[in-house]
Amino acid sequence: MPTLTRWFVRSSLVSLFLGTVLGALYQFPNLNIPGIYPVFIHLLTYGWLTQLVFGIAIWMFPVLSKEHPRGIEWLGWLIYACLNLGLIARVIFEPLNVLSPSILVKNGITASALLQWLAAMVFVVTIWPRARSTKAK
Amino acid sequence: MPKLSVFYIRASLVYLVIGATYGALILWNKAMAVSPLIWYFRPNHIDIMFSGWMTQFVFGVAFWILPRRGSEKPRGNEIWSVLAYWLINISLISQIASVYIGFPQLHFYTRPLQAIGISFFLIGNWWRVYALKFPEYLKN
Repeated sequence: MPTLTRWFVRSSLVSLFLGTVLGALYQFPNLNIPGIYPVFIHLLTYGWLTQLVFGIAIWMFPVLSKEHPRGIEWLGWLIYACLNLGLIARVIFEPLNVLSPSILVKNGITASALLQWLAAMVFVVTIWPRARSTKAK
Repeated sequence: MPKLSVFYIRASLVYLVIGATYGALILWNKAMAVSPLIWYFRPNHIDIMFSGWMTQFVFGVAFWILPRRGSEKPRGNEIWSVLAYWLINISLISQIASVYIGFPQLHFYTRPLQAIGISFFLIGNWWRVYALKFPEYLKN
């Protein structure tokens, strides 16, 4: 398993753990944790499911070429960094936006949105040419 | 990778672009209060990400990867999976369009197509989930 995929998979497992913990805490409305619902949903859907799919697809899909079998490697690391930094920013700033909104918090959420979006776009660009039929010789 | 899988996966990537864009706009709107109209994207964002991106990507890879049997039609009757592809995408496209054409009730008619499409995929590929026989020479 390539290093990049290992990082994706392990990070997705961390997101799964955090998401399920937040999901469990969400069951207790008396705790009154602000902004918890969208954070736990996105930790599970984007941090766990989507990140796992990204990592495995980068590993498993048909090779692009002999020189760059999995495409340009630094793009893969860019996807990883944008996805996880975007999620971390979301976990920090989305509850803060409910508790005490400020310019810093709003900019943090905007950065989170941009980073998560960028991760998805770069993934589409890198994986699209690899989603192709390979005729058996 | 079979052609049908390519169609499923590329369609799922298109939905990922649309759904992620909707999601980014919704999150940005939470922070900056750009426009209350952006909240209308939320149901579509959820549908696109679950059915358009996640489900179709999984279907594409499953159709490719699940065990095959025989040499004539190794993936069985592929028409089930082909119909599933069309039904799921017709349903999703009409759901997205229903917001913009001012006919939100359209999804009452088209959402069942998604359920039927997914059922067709299950019918066509359920038999491919089977245990391979453990080779005799590896026992003991």
